[in-house]
Amino acid sequence: MTEQIAKAEETLRNTNDPGVIQKVLDDNPELQGLGNYEYGWADSDDAGASAKRGVDADVVADISAKKDEPEWMLKLRQKGLKYFDRKPMPTWGADLSEIDFDNIKYFVRSTEKQAQTWEDLPEDIRNTYEKLGIPEAERERLVAGVAAQYESEVVYHQIREDLEEQGVIFMDTDTALKEHPEFFEEYFGSVIPVGDNKFAALNTAVWSGGSFVYVPKGVHVEIPLQAYFRINTENMGQFERTLIIADEDSYVHYIEGCTAPIYNTDSLHSAVVEIVVKKNARVRYTTIQNWSTNVYNLVTKRAVVDEGGTMEWIDGNIGSKVTMKYPAVYLTGEHAKGETLSVAFAGENQHQDTGSKMVHMAPNTSSSIVSKSVARSGGRASYRGLVQVNAEAKNSANSVVCDALLVDTISKTDTYPYIDIREDDVTLGHEATVSRVSEEQLFYLMSRGLAEDEAMAMIVRGFIEPIARELPMEYALELNRLIELQMEGSVG
Amino acid sequence: MSTLEIKDLHVSIETDQGTKEILKGVSLTISSGEKHAIMGPNGSGKSTLASTIAGHPRYEVTSGSITLDGEDVLEMEPDERAQAGLFLAMQYPVEVPGVTMTNFLRTAKTAIDGEAPKLRTWTKEVKDAMEKLRIDADFANRNVNEGFSGGEKKRVEILQLELFKPKIAVLDETDSGLDIDALRVVSEGVNRAHEENNMGTLLITHYTRILNYIKPDYVHVFVDGKVAEQGGPELADELEANGYDRFLAAVSAA
Repeated sequence: MTEQIAKAEETLRNTNDPGVIQKVLDDNPELQGLGNYEYGWADSDDAGASAKRGVDADVVADISAKKDEPEWMLKLRQKGLKYFDRKPMPTWGADLSEIDFDNIKYFVRSTEKQAQTWEDLPEDIRNTYEKLGIPEAERERLVAGVAAQYESEVVYHQIREDLEEQGVIFMDTDTALKEHPEFFEEYFGSVIPVGDNKFAALNTAVWSGGSFVYVPKGVHVEIPLQAYFRINTENMGQFERTLIIADEDSYVHYIEGCTAPIYNTDSLHSAVVEIVVKKNARVRYTTIQNWSTNVYNLVTKRAVVDEGGTMEWIDGNIGSKVTMKYPAVYLTGEHAKGETLSVAFAGENQHQDTGSKMVHMAPNTSSSIVSKSVARSGGRASYRGLVQVNAEAKNSANSVVCDALLVDTISKTDTYPYIDIREDDVTLGHEATVSRVSEEQLFYLMSRGLAEDEAMAMIVRGFIEPIARELPMEYALELNRLIELQMEGSVG
Repeated sequence: MSTLEIKDLHVSIETDQGTKEILKGVSLTISSGEKHAIMGPNGSGKSTLASTIAGHPRYEVTSGSITLDGEDVLEMEPDERAQAGLFLAMQYPVEVPGVTMTNFLRTAKTAIDGEAPKLRTWTKEVKDAMEKLRIDADFANRNVNEGFSGGEKKRVEILQLELFKPKIAVLDETDSGLDIDALRVVSEGVNRAHEENNMGTLLITHYTRILNYIKPDYVHVFVDGKVAEQGGPELADELEANGYDRFLAAVSAA
């Protein structure tokens, strides 16, 4: 079966004949959408095929036992499962009614041990990451460290020696729990409690993989740490758990990218990311989410920021079937700052329900949210945000700007700004715009020689430029390329 | 040597009150090196003619033809018309937020020529053209037409005219909203494009003022969707003296 798919893929790559392409796609429905979505191939799936479906106490106990975890973590997992069972499905946002929790594989072990070099990785996994361009990024020193998670576990991890010597820790969360338990006892679940929401509870019950980062006092990690998440198994649930601790006066930029094959049935990605930003530290967390359009992406991300610290979320959502994600910043110390730049693309059959939460809990705190969304081909882009200023958080300031761009008349955008202010001495700004790509703009660019889809892509690129400019160069280029792929065939 | 030939062109638009015919049989021939001026009162269909030549989707050609060197222009999309060598300097250039002039000019040049311009010579060419049109260098990094004054937008249209080197250019009221200095600078740009590229021009205007700088070979008086009279530069002088009354009276009498 997989050989057949590999062969079909090969054929697709080498032909432009629409008849041939159609025949290959008819014979191999798994490949539907290949062409627009470049990461849609699937590897052979021995590990996934044998994995158990559904979640219960046994599954949770089994995961914990396989990982040889301390007793307290097992207890926490069990608590998470209890909350997950008890909490109703959220109905206030995107439609989640089609998620079948009993059909999902909660833990897939694809390799017995973590590789230290690319050559040590099993061939199929190595091929996957080579197609994604990860070894090049590392070789060209675009990154300070790399983590690659395949299915449930991190299969490869590397950090630069000089950073290691300075005391920077960057490893997969499972290993970190064994080697640095003190951080976990203190911080794990401290930013996002086990019962925070249904999906955070599920993550706590079945979490596996993810990154652990610790940056010691005063250390600036100048080039980004990068993580790549890949789902390969059909109906797989990926539940990585990331914990980042930036000690006083430190700086780190963490980047993650996500892809998955295209199947006929859905997968679930439900991560939890907890970030602790200590006094005067700064953390920037960048996501380019490009899951295939059969992945439910339901992620809880939150940072707690101490006095004078800064948290920046840069959140790009291009893929997935449904995304619900609202990166949050809890500003707990005076002069703490929070910033979210969010960009979302909703194409055919996609609903991007994204935004941010800013909670001001101390005086003189400031935050800003800039959200840009593009909807096309009947997709739906929603902005959902919360700005909360607690009593005594005097002289706090927040600004929210959300702009939506509609490429056609069948797509949809909506805005749900929630504001909860319990202090008089605050400054707030809120701007929201919805625009449509105008006939005049298209005509202007076309009369300058650009084909309609090129003109459209140029307008869309211009629209999200304020966010693209915040990305490292190679990610900005990647984002532009993804936009062009998205816009191809979007008109006409 | 190129020729744009418009024959018995009829054009309609959809309005709230139904279909309305704007152009009622326009015939014009413009060849390389020639300067044609179309003059006429408001609402006579001058801008409709300009937009139709460039392929604006709002205008429906009900009969007649437009050809460029024998090729059917009406069969072409707006981008194909640009690639074939047509250019429209617009009356109301559109803003494109987030796209710098530099990026836009290079992308458009590449699309029109079918290959990317050589980076080193292109950068210099853009810089020189901007200087000649007295466009400040920092415009290169500004977004297309965003926050530009009316005069700045028109200069940038002529900048494109000079850089893209079309065979035939249509200037839709390029003179409106220009002060006397800007009018001169813009006119010099058009004249340069004539001399250097042997461009043919169709200049649409209300006023004779710009004709002091861009000397037309032919003047066409446009009234009620048709060419009412054709002549040489002396026709413009007559319009300057007597206005459009004579032509309008003829229409209402008919």
